[in-house]
Amino acid sequence: MTLIDHQTWQAAVADLTAGSSVFVAIWAERNADAAIVHLAGRHRGAASVEVLSLATSSLHYPSVGLHHPAAILMERAIQDIHGLTADGLPDTRPWLDHGTWPHSRPVVPYPFKPVTGEGVHQIPVGPVHAGTIEPGHFRFSVNGETIVGLEARLGYTHKGTLDLMRGKAPDQAARLAGRVSGDSTVAYTFAFCRAVEQAMGVDVPPRAASLRGIMAELERLANHFGDFGAICNDSGFPLINAHGGVLRERVLRLAASAFGHRLMMDCIVPGGVAVDLTADSARTMTASLPDLLVQFERLVELYDKTASLQDRVVTAGWLDPLLARRLGCGGYVGRASGQDFDARRDLQYAPYDRLTLAVPCLDAGDVDARVRVRMAEIRQSVALILELLGTLADGELRAVLPDGVAASTGSAVVEGFRGDIFAHARTSEGLIAEVFLRDPSWFFWPALEAAIEGNIVADFPLCNKSFNASYSGCDL
Amino acid sequence: MGLIVPLFLQFAQMALVLAAAPLLTGFVRVLKARLQRRAGPPLLQMYRDIAKLTVKDVIVATDSSWLFRTAPYLIFATTWVAAALVPSFGTNMLFSWSGDLIVIVALLGTARFFQMLAALDIGTAFGGIGVSREAMFASLAEPAMLMIVFTVALVAGSSQLSDISNFMHSGAAGLRLSLALGLVALVIVAIAETGRFPVDNPATHLELTMVHEAMVLEYSGRHLALIELAHALKLLLYISLIACIFAPLGIAPPGAALPALVLGLVTYGVKLAAGAILLAGFETTIAKMRVFRVPNFVGAALMLALLGTLLLFVSATL
Repeated sequence: MTLIDHQTWQAAVADLTAGSSVFVAIWAERNADAAIVHLAGRHRGAASVEVLSLATSSLHYPSVGLHHPAAILMERAIQDIHGLTADGLPDTRPWLDHGTWPHSRPVVPYPFKPVTGEGVHQIPVGPVHAGTIEPGHFRFSVNGETIVGLEARLGYTHKGTLDLMRGKAPDQAARLAGRVSGDSTVAYTFAFCRAVEQAMGVDVPPRAASLRGIMAELERLANHFGDFGAICNDSGFPLINAHGGVLRERVLRLAASAFGHRLMMDCIVPGGVAVDLTADSARTMTASLPDLLVQFERLVELYDKTASLQDRVVTAGWLDPLLARRLGCGGYVGRASGQDFDARRDLQYAPYDRLTLAVPCLDAGDVDARVRVRMAEIRQSVALILELLGTLADGELRAVLPDGVAASTGSAVVEGFRGDIFAHARTSEGLIAEVFLRDPSWFFWPALEAAIEGNIVADFPLCNKSFNASYSGCDL
Repeated sequence: MGLIVPLFLQFAQMALVLAAAPLLTGFVRVLKARLQRRAGPPLLQMYRDIAKLTVKDVIVATDSSWLFRTAPYLIFATTWVAAALVPSFGTNMLFSWSGDLIVIVALLGTARFFQMLAALDIGTAFGGIGVSREAMFASLAEPAMLMIVFTVALVAGSSQLSDISNFMHSGAAGLRLSLALGLVALVIVAIAETGRFPVDNPATHLELTMVHEAMVLEYSGRHLALIELAHALKLLLYISLIACIFAPLGIAPPGAALPALVLGLVTYGVKLAAGAILLAGFETTIAKMRVFRVPNFVGAALMLALLGTLLLFVSATL
């Protein structure tokens, strides 16, 4: 870890504001009255993420959110968890702190942004919802049926995962990393393990790298199949949901028979993977994936030909490509709004560094575009899995982690099904000293708030599902 | 025949609609589930739900008034009476003189009125959303329904459903354009009024998209049971209405003997089943509309019904 001075910090923030670099994350660590704030970003076109660390003895640091809105939520989280003040932060309301912590700053009731005007009224929704989804509160300001403002309030699933990971051995910490957001468990352990491996200077054996790729793509397949169905369901077309559910289930069963766990939890471990893929399982996978794709194409045809469904998804929930760029939205949200970025291609890592990847990128920015990006990624994932299976090398599954090495840091970005997951870890004497995991959803929530404006209330579930942002991933 | 038999038949009719309504709703649910490759709920699940709800405690919102508590009874009573007035297996029931088609429309309108008042009474955001949507749809569906009534009454020369049904059954009406328009309009009104696809999603859990469900979100226990039952009765009512006007085949004529009554009962069952199958098939192949498209859809019913009535003034044979 190299500390920088205020000038370098301000220069980096200016780069973010100008758009020549992309904001990745901001987090902090605090030890009594001394604190260090870390800012991660990557230059557009660069193949790696840079982490800048600023030490502060006054518990104050210059706000990034003041100049770059994507950082506001994370700085509010820093303020709640570490008690650091971001000087100039435009929004200082508590974020994770709901007034129930021992050292909380109770603000009751939570001051939602006021929306005034004739006929404008509020609709509170959540945090308990009627469906089986995560808890989050949405405050709609509506005029008749039209949404004039939406504010999401999260933090209901704050678990203190990062704090639990500190001081643990990498193996234990990786299990915790896999539980930050259950639907992305593979991507999270993948990202965290890569960060630890970089810190410890470990090279992953080629077979393990390929297996990691297969798991990550299976996870993407399962989630995209599920999302495709769920988006159609929320637009009132349950037929595709039923079939999407079948496809997702078949992928999960493939994963269960191949790796011993439906969601492949804890299959990736620091240094490699915990389970091997037998030749039998590999053959089953090679045989059944093209089958799934045939079924899937029939659903795509149904999706295209159902006029009533197209009427719901096209033009709904439009996200301005400029805003997507400014917020640094990745994943299907960014790629449906013209942001041509995929960590697998642009920040190459094993096993994708030896594969060619066509990244789907659309400009429409509506629900339909987000569905179509997922469709393209489903086809791509099947092709990638087949290629990885075909070129699967024999060899070791896991490299041994060295113990007792000096303190060092590592960071990694892994493309989960939602988007790029950033992991940063500092190891010291073989234990995790400091860790941060950033979910792509940090940028989806503000994007959703902007995209929903001007839509009608009844279209919110549909737009929300097309973003499918993680609550748990942000609440940490 | 005396008074006993007609009285018995009238009560049988009232009991029949009440007993058959949950079965019909259950049947539609099973069909839809099968079409979506799901196992679906058991056919008799709605009876169990109602039985369970009736023994459960009622939770009443603290801000609600007497209106909230009495509305379920009013909604249920008016809907039940309306459903019992529609000829099912036989025409010219004992009480059929007491209400014609216009009365049925008025009874359903009354039920809706109380439903909306009760939803506003509790003062929740969802109640308000549901009411505003319901009012928007109803403001088009109710006049459409009245125009359909006029069309049919002009053709049959009566607004009494039994007379209309007998007239249609006699074949005197023949093929008429105005009736065809009326049928299409009535189907659209029925879909809108019973809260089915593409107007409303009867199975949704998404509070923000609900219409009918949003109005009854705060109900529990026996209140909810009555409202669910009333909703099931409404579906039965509309299918019966379409059947008795446009497919009176097999319906027992006035003073019919036992075999004719049995035939009427069997054909009635077949008609309900056919209606359920058509409904489930239609609902599976279409997505829900955007809320602001629904007025166009229901407005089409109003225009068709209006056209039907106008055609009759142009020529009595159209």
